Amino acid sequence: MTDQERAALTDRARRIRGHIIKMLAAAGSGHPGGSLSAVEILTFLYFRRMRYDPKNPQWPDRDRFVLSKGHAAPVLYATLAEAGFFPVETLTTLRRFGSILQGHPDMKKTPGVEMSTGSLGQGLSAANGMALAGKLDKKDYRVYVLLGDGEIEEGQIWEAAMTAVHYKLDNLTAFLDYNHLQIDGRIEEVKSNTDPVGRFRSFGWHVLEVDGHDFAALERAVDEAQATKGKPTMIVAHTVKGKGVSFMENQVGWHGTAPKPEEAQKALAELGLA
Amino acid sequence: MIQKIATRDAYGQALVKLGRENPNVVVLDADLSKSTKTAGFAKEFPERFFQMGIAEADMTSTAAGLATCGKIPFISTFACFATGRNFDQLRVSIAYPHLNVKIAATHAGITVGEDGASHQSIEDVALMRVIPGMIVLSPADAADAEAAVFAAAAVEGPVYLRFGREPMPVIFPPERKLIIGKADRLKEGTEATIAATGVMTAVALEAAEILASRGRMVRVLNFSTIKPIDGEAIVAAARETGAIVTAEEHSIIGGLGSAVAEVVVKHYPVPMEFVGVQDRFGQSGKPAELMKEYGLTAEDIVAAVERAIARKR
Ligand SMILES: Cc1ncc(C[n+]2csc(CCOP(=O)(O)OP(=O)(O)O)c2C)c(N)n1
Ligand SMILES: [Mg+2]
Repeated sequence: MTDQERAALTDRARRIRGHIIKMLAAAGSGHPGGSLSAVEILTFLYFRRMRYDPKNPQWPDRDRFVLSKGHAAPVLYATLAEAGFFPVETLTTLRRFGSILQGHPDMKKTPGVEMSTGSLGQGLSAANGMALAGKLDKKDYRVYVLLGDGEIEEGQIWEAAMTAVHYKLDNLTAFLDYNHLQIDGRIEEVKSNTDPVGRFRSFGWHVLEVDGHDFAALERAVDEAQATKGKPTMIVAHTVKGKGVSFMENQVGWHGTAPKPEEAQKALAELGLA
Repeated sequence: MIQKIATRDAYGQALVKLGRENPNVVVLDADLSKSTKTAGFAKEFPERFFQMGIAEADMTSTAAGLATCGKIPFISTFACFATGRNFDQLRVSIAYPHLNVKIAATHAGITVGEDGASHQSIEDVALMRVIPGMIVLSPADAADAEAAVFAAAAVEGPVYLRFGREPMPVIFPPERKLIIGKADRLKEGTEATIAATGVMTAVALEAAEILASRGRMVRVLNFSTIKPIDGEAIVAAARETGAIVTAEEHSIIGGLGSAVAEVVVKHYPVPMEFVGVQDRFGQSGKPAELMKEYGLTAEDIVAAVERAIARKR
């Protein structure tokens, strides 16, 4: 990755953060924290790695991305708009009656959304299904899925973790948004949900740890995932919830509260977008 | 005499036939393939069969992912687990995006027998019926079960199929075609109608014979489709026979009886009686013992018909 390429990704990420703030402020509700922590992961995937055609969202050979932590819909919508699946102007209709942008992802309403999510814990299984279909059809598309670190308290995640290993789904790469916060507090306080690296490894996954806000590190990890045969890869991405907006960073209270107009102004100013 | 076949056996055989016709059909099972009879498909099409282990929630959402890629997944386990361990997955992963997944549940109802209450699903129809867009099929015999499998595969979207464990008397000819949303008039009569589904259709026919021997002629309707319910057949039955008794191997809350009552109350109120499991759990026992204990015999239907007729104005 050249410095220029990195700068372009950084700028794209900044724009996506701006969209997230604006759309949440316009909606008056929604989830900023977990959207902001995943911006670099989605920016990297959609603008550096994935194969897709925004004019033909159902192209059978496309790579797939499943947002298992569906409450982070704003980061997905902002990224899809930047990628050309629908106009950027649509973003401010988030959560409105009649909008294609539902509170949580709806694959039938939004072009580019691969799976309807919002009930945590189901997306890894669905991604496995897509990866199984790819193997069955001898297609070379890849499947990516993003999990929350609170989300992996759901038992179904571990059922799916076994499935991915059992069926040797090396065409699947999962990301864990390891931001250490959920709704009621820190991950470790809510439920002794520690050492995801060791746990996924013991289930048989290839596990990598990266700084989830560093494009070059994400690229190295995804390259390694792609080169890893016979097992799925989990990229544990160390992230900061609320990343990029100083007063939201690491604050549990910004999980599911939209910024008020003056807070949005402040956030946009910090991002250099005011 | 024609050999009795369980609807789960017919399901297993139909699945293999369907698999030969349609390469997009895939099957998932949760460590019960010998009992659900998906093992035959697994043997013939090993690459299209996915053993998911004892993980029903995972099985359900995995099927959703497969369906997004053009596959037609059939997921199978016992009815209690196929609707209970994974209700939210059925709701959000499959039904909300209206994905083309077929939930083929076996061992429904109390005729599961000796395994007892934990394994006797008497709530599954209610659970599936309430999910928007879900089609609910409840075949009455082996030919009907095979027809249900093909009908389910021919329609786009989620379908729940309810199969039983016990061998069933033959009702339909082998060339049976199931039209989703259409009830079958199996017997003509004017004094009352018995509306039955699944295992209870054969019992309803038996009850109609008993009533006929007493000079009472009743109509028998079979509902292989519980949702969408055949409203026309119900209204006609209400208008022409003046009383309706529903019969199902399921709780009287939320199943066929409720579906029929919803139509009757709105369009043509007549006296109704409900034969089914009252608000209680099952227990261990032989299927015949349980049918008696839970009020699901031909005599129970006869008594219900007499009560309904007595309430006619
Ligand atoms: C099955 C289910 N239970 C509860 C919720 C409510 N909920 C939404 S987000 C969330 C916390 C998620 O935490 P985490 O996975 O760490 O997400 P992030 O920190 O990335 O926002 C909860 C409990 C839900 N959406 N789904
Ligand atoms: Mg978190």
